[in-house]
Amino acid sequence: MEKIRLLKRKFLNKLMLFLSLLAALYGLFWLFWILGVLFFNGFKHLSIELFTQDAGPPGLNIGGLRHAFVGHLIITILSTIIGIPIGLFAGIYYAEYGRNSKFFYVLKNITDVMVSTPSIIMGAVMYALLVIPLKHFNALAGALALAMLMVPVICVTTYEMLILVPFTLREAAYALGAYKWQIIKDIVLRSAKVGILTGIILGVARISGETAPLLFTAFSNNYLSFDIFKPMASLTVTIFNYTMSPYEYWHNQAWAASFCLTFFILILSLIAKFLIHYGNIFKNKR
Amino acid sequence: MFQKSPYIETFTRYFLGFWAVFTGFIFPLIIFLILFYESRLAIQKFGFLQFLTSTSWDPVRESFGALPMIAGTLISTFIAIIIAAPISIGIAIFITELAPSWLKGFVITCVELLAAIPSIIYGMWGFLILAEVMRNKVEPFLQTVLGPIPLIGKLFSGVPTGVDVLTTSLVLSIMIIPFMASVVKDAFNLVPSVMKESAYGLGATKWEVIKDVVIPYTASGIAGGLILSTGRALGETMAVAFLAGNVPQIPKSLLEPFTTITVALANQFTEADTPLYLSSLFYLSLFLFIISFIILILAKLMVLRLEKRWKK
Repeated sequence: MEKIRLLKRKFLNKLMLFLSLLAALYGLFWLFWILGVLFFNGFKHLSIELFTQDAGPPGLNIGGLRHAFVGHLIITILSTIIGIPIGLFAGIYYAEYGRNSKFFYVLKNITDVMVSTPSIIMGAVMYALLVIPLKHFNALAGALALAMLMVPVICVTTYEMLILVPFTLREAAYALGAYKWQIIKDIVLRSAKVGILTGIILGVARISGETAPLLFTAFSNNYLSFDIFKPMASLTVTIFNYTMSPYEYWHNQAWAASFCLTFFILILSLIAKFLIHYGNIFKNKR
Repeated sequence: MFQKSPYIETFTRYFLGFWAVFTGFIFPLIIFLILFYESRLAIQKFGFLQFLTSTSWDPVRESFGALPMIAGTLISTFIAIIIAAPISIGIAIFITELAPSWLKGFVITCVELLAAIPSIIYGMWGFLILAEVMRNKVEPFLQTVLGPIPLIGKLFSGVPTGVDVLTTSLVLSIMIIPFMASVVKDAFNLVPSVMKESAYGLGATKWEVIKDVVIPYTASGIAGGLILSTGRALGETMAVAFLAGNVPQIPKSLLEPFTTITVALANQFTEADTPLYLSSLFYLSLFLFIISFIILILAKLMVLRLEKRWKK
């Protein structure tokens, strides 16, 4: 009797561990299916025209996505320039000044929550703030919506990297009579620079794949445009429109564009992961 | 230089402080106020209860009720969570307890990459590839197997189209697995090894240790992970926009097209031609913002509770 119970326990143990192995395989299965399809279809349809020509008329097998690549780059760079400093400033304050304050503890956690806010909300807010007053879609609204998405991400990672810097380093500098701003500039930021860079890369990776906030802020167009007060095409919105269209040629172009976009983002994420792993000198000492 | 330093000190403090207050307080407040202000017309016209309970979304007759969208959002999120929860816990168990160290890093990286794939790619892949497989293979199969069973069979009635509740929830579940798995994994790592070792010392098997020590100890972390992914799934737009079918109806079976709050926003913001229409869309986004904010705060509190216990 006792033996049967033991066997049953052992069997249950094996079964549940096997199921957890299956769960891991299930996750890998989807990853490789998606990446495989993307690689296969995307690589097949990569061409020179994709990068050198603007959109062709619908239904004809000509044209590329130069306008979308350029537009995407402009919007991403603009939002990065706006988003990074704000996120950095806030993160530094939470870590250096607000660490023992209840008020800033709450604010920091609200920022944490803002990281996961639906991105389409940002689009709606920028639509009210910039598109309605200007009376037409404009790239600036899109860039600002993305910047608003980026600020919490950068802020939270900066905070987490700064609190890893040992307090003794700061105390050593205090003992030499340094001001707090000097400590922040010369000690804290310098020792956490790899971590902060990681946060920035993660922030860029997060926003460069966003579509929803751009749908009704930057909107889209079919020609090369550098005017940020006019509608501007972005890769993601173009992929959306092309996939929804009935034309085979546009589907193929959407695959190629998604291929470029996804692998850009995956490489960014891998770089960030590598930096966290090998760049953070304080991680093991904590 | 020496004289300037105190001024720089004060300036830095207030400058950084302003952006800190901006990020954590003013910024969410601005979002709320703007959405509230823009939705004033719809709030006046429909009020709170009527907007939530009316099922007609008819731009031509200017009658807007959010029930189909809200129901769609809740149903798809709920099914996605049900699929994703056991899988994520399984992945977390595999990573923390089972995998040899070389495999561990690989699986963690893969799960993180799953999270890094942009949602539009999930949508495109779902629309062009998965929907076809679902329409031709999976859904007819499910209908023949589960169709004859009384109550469950009803869930699978209808013509399989591939663009429906089932496919949407499946793709949503794949998208939230990484978030849930990483929160649960982090929680599992917080369990003191002394506790696990004492259970092993009593002769418990690995599964018994997980079931009776690890999971009870990390219950609030697991709940936090569940709620966090709920918040993520609620706000997911692009994948759902491809797969939901965008029909404003409350789905009666898993094989019917439907719509969600985010899909309605994504498709109709550019079409809204009357002030009331636009205002109703802002009302929808306000609603989405408040719901996801509350849910995410709940998740945050759960995770913080676990961390606090760990620090003691």
